[in-house]
Amino acid sequence: MSTAISVSGLVKEFGPARALDRLDLRVRAGEVHGFLGPNGAGKTTTIRILLGLLRPDGGSVSLLGGDPWRDAVALHRRLAYVPGEVNLWPNLTGGEVIDLLGALRGGLDTGRRAVLLERFQLDPGKKCRAYSKGNRQKVALVAALASDVELYLLDEPSSGLDPLMEAVFQDVVRELREAGRTVLLSSHILAEVEALCDRVTIIRAGRTAESGTFGELRHLSRTTVEVETRKPVGPLELPGTHDVSVAGNRARFSVEPDRLNGVLRHLVEFDIRTLTSAPPTLEEIFLRHYDAAAVGDGDRATATSREVRHEHADRHP
Amino acid sequence: MSTLTGTRELARLALRRDRVALPVWILGLSALMASFAAMTVAALRTEQDVIDETEFMAGNPALRMLGLASGPTVGGYAMIRSFATLAILAALMSVFAVVRHTRRSEATGRAELVGAAVVGRFGTLAAAVLVTVCADVLLAVFLGLGMTAAGLPAAGSFTAGAAIAAVGLVFTGVAAVTAQLSSSSRGANGLAAAALGLSFLFSGAGNLLGSVDGSGLRVVSAWPSWLSPIGWGQQMRPFGGDQWWPLAPSVAAFVALLGVAGALAGRRDFGRGLIRERRGPAHARPGLLGPLGLIRRLQRGAVRGWAVGILAFGLVFGAVSSSVEDLGGSAREWYRRMGGTDEIVDAYLTSLVSMAGMAVAVCTVQLLLRLRAEETEGPLESVLATAVGRRRWTLGQVLTTWLTAAVLLLLFALSTGLAAGQVLGDTPGRLGALAGAVLAQLPGIMVVSGCVVAAVGLLPRWAVPVSWSVLLASVLLGPLFGPTLDAPQWAQNLSAFTHVAKAPATAITAAPLTALTAVSLLLVALGTVSFRHRDLALPA
Repeated sequence: MSTAISVSGLVKEFGPARALDRLDLRVRAGEVHGFLGPNGAGKTTTIRILLGLLRPDGGSVSLLGGDPWRDAVALHRRLAYVPGEVNLWPNLTGGEVIDLLGALRGGLDTGRRAVLLERFQLDPGKKCRAYSKGNRQKVALVAALASDVELYLLDEPSSGLDPLMEAVFQDVVRELREAGRTVLLSSHILAEVEALCDRVTIIRAGRTAESGTFGELRHLSRTTVEVETRKPVGPLELPGTHDVSVAGNRARFSVEPDRLNGVLRHLVEFDIRTLTSAPPTLEEIFLRHYDAAAVGDGDRATATSREVRHEHADRHP
Repeated sequence: MSTLTGTRELARLALRRDRVALPVWILGLSALMASFAAMTVAALRTEQDVIDETEFMAGNPALRMLGLASGPTVGGYAMIRSFATLAILAALMSVFAVVRHTRRSEATGRAELVGAAVVGRFGTLAAAVLVTVCADVLLAVFLGLGMTAAGLPAAGSFTAGAAIAAVGLVFTGVAAVTAQLSSSSRGANGLAAAALGLSFLFSGAGNLLGSVDGSGLRVVSAWPSWLSPIGWGQQMRPFGGDQWWPLAPSVAAFVALLGVAGALAGRRDFGRGLIRERRGPAHARPGLLGPLGLIRRLQRGAVRGWAVGILAFGLVFGAVSSSVEDLGGSAREWYRRMGGTDEIVDAYLTSLVSMAGMAVAVCTVQLLLRLRAEETEGPLESVLATAVGRRRWTLGQVLTTWLTAAVLLLLFALSTGLAAGQVLGDTPGRLGALAGAVLAQLPGIMVVSGCVVAAVGLLPRWAVPVSWSVLLASVLLGPLFGPTLDAPQWAQNLSAFTHVAKAPATAITAAPLTALTAVSLLLVALGTVSFRHRDLALPA
């Protein structure tokens, strides 16, 4: 399988600060690749290097078989980009910006433009200064997604979108995958990446922590369970449970998906009163899983990972 | 919690944010006024000089638009020549300050952060007005000090300072209102600038329609002057009676405008203006679809403003070109030296062409600094992520700007030539000569704009101050000011404008123009290559 993006040992320094510290990233052609990390981990810097907007200080970068710094213009005809912070010209309308960016990239599918405007419910006749953050994001999304290109670089594209629009966005990305396009999707929301991506690369403090499919990174798909029972549960030492803490008739632990059934069967014996289960937040993963490995090379990521929070709890009776 | 809670803290925040900008405005304007006063003191040596010059300015209806004659004094003459300019700059200082701390904060979302804290409904507005009024008062004091230091009488100097600052005060009120009307800072600034333009027009019309008294040295303004804050300031007659009662309408207008602004602020929602944002086309027109189309569109608003200004400038000064024939004394001497010819009309037209060249240079600096603004504010990221390379983008900006400069210069030649032809005859001949003369200014302008491109490429963080400094130095060391300021020849040679042909007074020679063009191309190449090889400084 051919490679769309290949980055190894990438280093980028801003004065004394090292934003990227030997980062590795490999995206195969035709996959949707999640690029996951807390704020400040270096996602945007990496993408800007992939676009030739910043120059790497070390390591090698290859994008669609070319050098993003040297071959920027030729490569940009084959990709579309949604910046993390969408800054547009205040006196142009959204429709004008969409047409303009499409034309500068080398063409826009007008039919697709109309469909996307309809699906994202974006009014193209408003001046950019009058749009909310979410609507500016939609302008950039429609401009990028209406282009017929090989590679889509999306930097936290759903920030500012409401849940309804997030669902639309996810549908559109799935269609891109079915059409065989490559997508690099940066995000700090685990659930979004899990719903869309074939493979994921997790970075912290400018360095790759882990990369693989969700199947390979099983700890990403564990469920965090909090349970209260009428009878004390005693020590929970069941296969597939992790991070167990028990206090009287309350217990909290995480469990691998294929072990969940067995664990619940065990808990029923103690007469369950309440039970909540939730996918782990990125914060938890970073705190629990990568902290041990990170001792000694600074705690930038743990500090920033506290800022990200993903609320997604299901209540079971 | 009162509606004014937090005003003091917000005012301190505003002062902290403006700790450079406002002092630069106040000291810069005071220095400008003081140096102009000193130049006038030096130029008008005898009493007869003062009488001749004042009579000339009072007797010519078109020149009366620019300033109000209040009798034969050196200070009074300095007021005729510079009051309107200083008043407009003081008004702009106030408008920008008020809008910066009200509407601009709101549009960027900073105010939302502040508004959620313990801040009353009118806290932001009150703080902005408070800081700006303080700046106006300081401006009055420093203008008075500067003019006194330049050798003018103290009483007149401080009256002049107060008269200029009073215009700033009224426009503090105007901006407080426009910041409620428009939902963007550009819109708020634009509305206030339109009011300023009207104010200038009314004061000019009032003086133009006014009558000269028996001495021929003092103009009594007609009624339109009394509708204009600039007119009120002029009626204080600095150095020509020093009347303080016309300060009353300025203060009254300020208070009334503040009341209106308060009422509007209490009636609108956060982030909104009372004027609804207009809708635009849902599809881009074909002309916009390309880097050059985008650049033209981004420059459009500013260029339209410049075109109107330069057309008006040419018409007014072209129309009075016959009256310079009667000029005597030091003024005639100045023109003769500036143009390098005894043909006084040609020398006069040459000085106009030179002024137009410098004005257009200001325009090109303003337009080319967009290169930097697009980078730091972020839209450049979206452009350069498409198939538009950095070189193409930079050169597109440069070429579009140079083309704009040529068009503005030709507009000036057209309006000046038509107006001058009316009073002097030989319109086609004048148009031809002026067209050649203005285009000879272009290489000088190209060098200044080349410096901007080089600064953006090589010294991105300092590009804005470096560019404006180069422009200011080029103007001050150039043919209009360099000799008057007694700058040494080597320093004058540093200004590109020194090497531009003094046409139509003297013939245009190719060598200096070729050399200037070569330097400008070199600077642009340097800037473009540096820009191509550096990181972009995009917002985080």
